[in-house]
Amino acid sequence: MDIVDNSIRETVDLFKKRKISCQEIVRACFERIEKYNLSINAYLTLNKEQALKKAQDVDNNRVKGRELPPLAGIPVALKDIYSTKNLRTTAASKIIDNYLPAYSATVVQKLESVGAIIMGKVNCDAFAHGATGENSDFGSVKNPWDLEYVAGGSSGGSAAAVAFGGCLMAMGTDTGGSIRNPASYCNLVGLKPTYGRVSRSGVISMGSSLDSMGHLTRTVEDCALVLSVTAGYDPLDATSSRKPVDFYLQDLSHPAIKGLKIGLPQEYFGRELNPEIKTLILKAAQQFTDLGAEVDEVSLPNTAYTIPVYYLIMSSEVSANLARFDGIRFGHAREMFGEEAKRRIMLGTFALSAGYYDAYYLRASKVRTLLRQDFEKAFAKFDALLAPVVPIKPRKIGEKEQEKLKLYLEDYVTGPVNLAGLPALALPCGFWHNIPMGMQLIGPQFSEKKLFEVGQAYQDVTDWHLKRPPLVEEMG
Amino acid sequence: MSGYRPFIGLEIHVELATKSKMFCGCCADHFHKEPNTQTCPVCLGLPGALPVPNKKAIDWTVFLGLVLGCRINKHSYFERKQYFYPDLPKGFQISQYERPFCFKGWFDEVNITRVHLEEDTGKLIHRKIEGEKVTLIDFNRCGVPLVEIVTEPEIKSAEHAKEWLKKLQRVIRSLSISDCDMEKGSMRLEANVSVSKNGKLPSYKVELKNINSFRFVEKAIEFEIQRQTELFEKGQKIEQETRGFESDKGVTYLQRSKEEAFEYRYFPEPDIPPIVFTDGELDKIRKQIPELPEEKRQRFVKEYSLNEQEADYFVSNPSAAQYFEVLYLEKNFNLDFRETARLIINKKIDWENISPADFKAEVAVLQEGGLSDQVELAKAAKIVVDGNPKAVADYRKGKTNTVGFLVGQMMKKTKVDPNLARQELLKILE
Repeated sequence: MDIVDNSIRETVDLFKKRKISCQEIVRACFERIEKYNLSINAYLTLNKEQALKKAQDVDNNRVKGRELPPLAGIPVALKDIYSTKNLRTTAASKIIDNYLPAYSATVVQKLESVGAIIMGKVNCDAFAHGATGENSDFGSVKNPWDLEYVAGGSSGGSAAAVAFGGCLMAMGTDTGGSIRNPASYCNLVGLKPTYGRVSRSGVISMGSSLDSMGHLTRTVEDCALVLSVTAGYDPLDATSSRKPVDFYLQDLSHPAIKGLKIGLPQEYFGRELNPEIKTLILKAAQQFTDLGAEVDEVSLPNTAYTIPVYYLIMSSEVSANLARFDGIRFGHAREMFGEEAKRRIMLGTFALSAGYYDAYYLRASKVRTLLRQDFEKAFAKFDALLAPVVPIKPRKIGEKEQEKLKLYLEDYVTGPVNLAGLPALALPCGFWHNIPMGMQLIGPQFSEKKLFEVGQAYQDVTDWHLKRPPLVEEMG
Repeated sequence: MSGYRPFIGLEIHVELATKSKMFCGCCADHFHKEPNTQTCPVCLGLPGALPVPNKKAIDWTVFLGLVLGCRINKHSYFERKQYFYPDLPKGFQISQYERPFCFKGWFDEVNITRVHLEEDTGKLIHRKIEGEKVTLIDFNRCGVPLVEIVTEPEIKSAEHAKEWLKKLQRVIRSLSISDCDMEKGSMRLEANVSVSKNGKLPSYKVELKNINSFRFVEKAIEFEIQRQTELFEKGQKIEQETRGFESDKGVTYLQRSKEEAFEYRYFPEPDIPPIVFTDGELDKIRKQIPELPEEKRQRFVKEYSLNEQEADYFVSNPSAAQYFEVLYLEKNFNLDFRETARLIINKKIDWENISPADFKAEVAVLQEGGLSDQVELAKAAKIVVDGNPKAVADYRKGKTNTVGFLVGQMMKKTKVDPNLARQELLKILE
């Protein structure tokens, strides 16, 4: 354990007490990266020179006694689909392996404006297509908890980078579970915010109506802190909400969950769910009961349609969104797309073709409304829903590589949240053998503040989130 | 070629003269600007850049739709029209399909199918540089708001198309939402032409594209009707296709056959929330509608008893029309409408440099000056009275309406205001 294994909150305190400097922690993170990145394959591009220079600026300002913004000096990693001005952005795809964006994503600008140090760009499934981190054109991301296992996906590099101490926080994106899944695999807190809560501007689009810009941290408190920075209306994103941003940190010191109604969607606890994982989630449910919450079963009757609806809508949007990668203004020719991108372009192109549109895309859009209504009905009775994130036993690298369809089917517990535009908070709740396991709390739109409170109440009485990967623990 | 009836529908693209582009803040005025100087991540289609719709362009489209008598979709949305072309950086054009802003309109006796809003594409420039043939792309035009107006196939002839389009251009210009300049490309014309022997709308149509003047649209349609009629007479089937117009030769040529038709894979644009209009918002737009040229012409003819030519003058000279109408706001200004109109049209009175209040005084001066001499008037009256003893006698017996005859006689001799003539005659008679 080292200074890089602390939470953001603890680090900010250490900064304030002058126990450590920003340059120290940035250097320490780069040391970790040098030590582990070769085997874990999280970072694709480092921003070392800039990061060290910024760190020095932060330290200088601190010495001068200047008031510092909330994330001043905090090392941050960005999933490589966040555009960063003049810093290579590849989407983990060979087709744009030489692309230097002319502008930075709104979220990146916001993070920089509050003093965060951009350490570099991290690996993911190419164009965020995948749930294991294995679809990267630059090689699989390995799980810092056990290098034989996947780190989850698609934001696998984001999760792995935080887990091995290559940064204190990482931005990911969640289109069908891509933040929550790797958060579960790497023992982190992962937030998929309400659709429209965080600007999508500058983040390479996957499924435009599903994409959510979220982040992975070690604690619920850190998660709330980061959302206070990234959330808010953006004139560059017509789908971003003008709803005022809540004060997420306000009630975290005394989270009130007594009498809170938590629902367990029966359809997520069926025979598809691995029994060992089911036990872990139900144990967490019991802990919420012990904390004074009322836990009961609830039904989301259209859950069975999640996968076809999700894959039709997502691939339709993907097929259009990837059309701009034509090799004319930037990047290479379209044959450089990876296999999974090609598969989704084909799927979406068929779904939108004349004669198929009504049966596929249009029908899927209608069923999507039904799925949304399922949640609305559930939230008339419940404040939050508790569900698994990874329904099957964790995967090893290369395992079942051929069974693409089976992999798609595993999204049934995470995809509905994206189809309904809801927020969901994933947080550690135990281990499947040596691999961490997470659960997710799903709330109504714009209920992030409540989800943080529920998550905080859980972390106040548990210590899963305090555990670090063995390779980190072993460091003296 | 007798017995063949043409069916002609028109598609008109008009660039809106908004300050900024349709989905980004770049300047929309692209004419003769240094290539690629008015671009940003959005209109260049860079990864991650999102379109944010221009409210003014949407309002103007609805405004135009209302002027063209359209119904408005209070719940509308943009869609992605997908096709590959180097001037279309996103690989799709943001357009409208299922729910255009405006539909089912009527303008100058032709039904309007729809009026929708989309974005313009970039410009390809084919050049030879250092002996090598290259294609350059200028993205300044990319993303400029573009309105598409589609008519039903109710245009009767090539000439009708030309005249109707001219009227449409006048109307759009009068709204100040586009300069509709065909040389600059801010108005572009397409015609769908088919011919039929039985008078029923045929199942095919030939699209004529790339026409950049009213004269050419007339010529292209004329040529096309002739071409299709000849094919029919030879017993050949006419294919659905897209044809261009070669203006030097006055002929149309094949550009794209039916087999090569695009499959656009339209679907709702997920980056832009649906656009919803309230009744209040529509009323606000409706209130901005000015009187249209045709309405104004008709009103001037009817209300002021002017002839078509006089009315036309006022339609094309709005300040003169306004001056004219202001004169009659004053209750005791009762000069004959046509008399006033003539004074304004012929500039007998320098109305542009005097206030409406002074106009009346000028009229009086002019009337006196016109009959320069009161003596002259009296002389003329005397001559008429002396020359028509019977009428004078009848008047004196009480047949007072004979004075009208005498006024007429007097007016034959001198161009005088009938009222003044009557006054002068009565002076002698009584």
